[in-house]
Amino acid sequence: MLAEHAKIVRMIALADEVNGRKKLQKMVYILKKLQFDFAAKYELHMYGPYSEELTLRVEELCEMGFLDETCTDKGSYVQYTYQATEDGVKFSETSDFQADELAPCISRLNGQSSRFLELVSTLLYFDHLERTEQIEKVRIVKNKLNFTDDEMDAAFDFIAEMAACVA
Amino acid sequence: MAYEHEKLAEEKVFKDPVHRYIHVRDRVIWDVIGTREFQRLRRIRQLGTTYLVFHGAEHSRFQHSLGVYEIVRRIIDSSFSGKPEWNEDERLVALCAALLHDLGHGPFSHAFEKVFDLDHEKFTQAILLGDTEVNAVLRRVSPDFPQRVADVVGKTYKDKLVISLISSQIDADRMDYLQRDAYYTGVQYGHFDMERILRVMRPTEEQVVIKSSGMHAVEDYIMSRYQMYWQVYFHPVSRSAEVILIKILHRAKELYETGYTFQQDPVAFRNFFDRTITLEDYISLDEGVLFTYFQLWMKEQDPILSDLCDRFINRKLFQYAEFDPAKEYRKLLQLDSLFRQAGLDPDYYLVTDSSSDLPYDFYRPGEENERVPIYLQLPNGELSELSRSSDIVDAISGKRRTDHKIYFPEDVLEAQQEDNPLYTEILQLLKS
Repeated sequence: MLAEHAKIVRMIALADEVNGRKKLQKMVYILKKLQFDFAAKYELHMYGPYSEELTLRVEELCEMGFLDETCTDKGSYVQYTYQATEDGVKFSETSDFQADELAPCISRLNGQSSRFLELVSTLLYFDHLERTEQIEKVRIVKNKLNFTDDEMDAAFDFIAEMAACVA
Repeated sequence: MAYEHEKLAEEKVFKDPVHRYIHVRDRVIWDVIGTREFQRLRRIRQLGTTYLVFHGAEHSRFQHSLGVYEIVRRIIDSSFSGKPEWNEDERLVALCAALLHDLGHGPFSHAFEKVFDLDHEKFTQAILLGDTEVNAVLRRVSPDFPQRVADVVGKTYKDKLVISLISSQIDADRMDYLQRDAYYTGVQYGHFDMERILRVMRPTEEQVVIKSSGMHAVEDYIMSRYQMYWQVYFHPVSRSAEVILIKILHRAKELYETGYTFQQDPVAFRNFFDRTITLEDYISLDEGVLFTYFQLWMKEQDPILSDLCDRFINRKLFQYAEFDPAKEYRKLLQLDSLFRQAGLDPDYYLVTDSSSDLPYDFYRPGEENERVPIYLQLPNGELSELSRSSDIVDAISGKRRTDHKIYFPEDVLEAQQEDNPLYTEILQLLKS
């Protein structure tokens, strides 16, 4: 019951805070790909994997008072920051979600930039393909972001590192 | 003449209540419609369980797919034709993608995907690229044509304008389903001036934009979408039916996994339970198959499976109560405990459902580049995001509206109150 909501709050509480909606989306997607049991359904949008279900769930959690959303004007865009509230933390304790295994992964993910997580998550979206095909797809989908070869290599290394961390 | 350019000797038309006529001249389109995988869509309702509330909502994904094709055909042949931004070589791939975008939907796909952790988009890809009749037709165009169609549907095609025709915040998919769902449910909300929108659509390198003079027609479309969500798609009674459907599938799966002996071997479900699903298993499944099993399972020994199937088939749905998780999640824990004490399994008879559990999306004005917003093309050629120019759209796209409900078998609780005082306590708590 509301288990999926509780998992999101637990994740954000473990991260302390998450800066940016895009970052939150990509963190949950990557954790899901690492076999953590998040039920949010993702689809590929113009700019990478995105879950409307997760967006709505986070909105609901803010309305419930379990998440605190703050909004910062960054000039050309607005950045949203999420933190679990005290009530949210109590609520998240109703869930027996895999918090111990989750904590180190969250910490590693939260330390990355949202641009990098965008690249990692999009590569993972195409993880059924060969490495060269994955890169080719990312270059089509994200043609305006001009990811370098070094960034691609770093993203693949990061994926391997995260997989090892879970194993 | 090359197959891709082949035209039918005489134009075929499908009579359609929304678009009046659906026109087919291309041989490829006609052949795709005749394949078994496309014909299967006749046996899958567009709106799942909604027919239990709006009895007219029996329309199928077959009708909707033809409708999306027809809208894209009109956009290409009327609005885009001759414009320098539009590449005429993309016409056939766009038409095929429009026709086939929902090919991988299964019966009651939202519920089915939840229980079996499936993704209809992946099945669309698998049908387009696998050993299927659809693939054989597309391959006659060229060996890479099935992949091109799959890339458009999967949103990884190189020409983003083609993708945006069927996957954007103002696309042929939404324009068809809003009007079609409004027509078949009989509600007055989903109507907007599509002809006007088609006339003001302009192709750009990356997406379709709207000439600014067409803003009010787009406002009407956004309002229709907003109203349809709350009046039809989020209808609490149809959600009750979906809750029961999900629980039936969960129960059958749980029984199978714990070695229960079904009176009739659930052969059509076996590979779904075992997670060894083949493409053929998936294509063979339609609503007729599901209803047959539900009828059979009504006679099963397991009281929960039998009861849930009876409820779904005979429309004895769960009652619902409004629920505020922020204030009442502890009440939910209390109810869970009381249900167990009273001999009602809360995993099947006490269900929370939130708006985020539903598969529909609102207009969002492009947040951190996650979703491409609707752009108006101003007279000087510049683009402006819709909600910056429209007060109406700004008012509803920024507004949050969430909804949570608890579903429960009120009929059982009320009928057996005298025999079980815990039922009275549960009812009081639910209604408090």
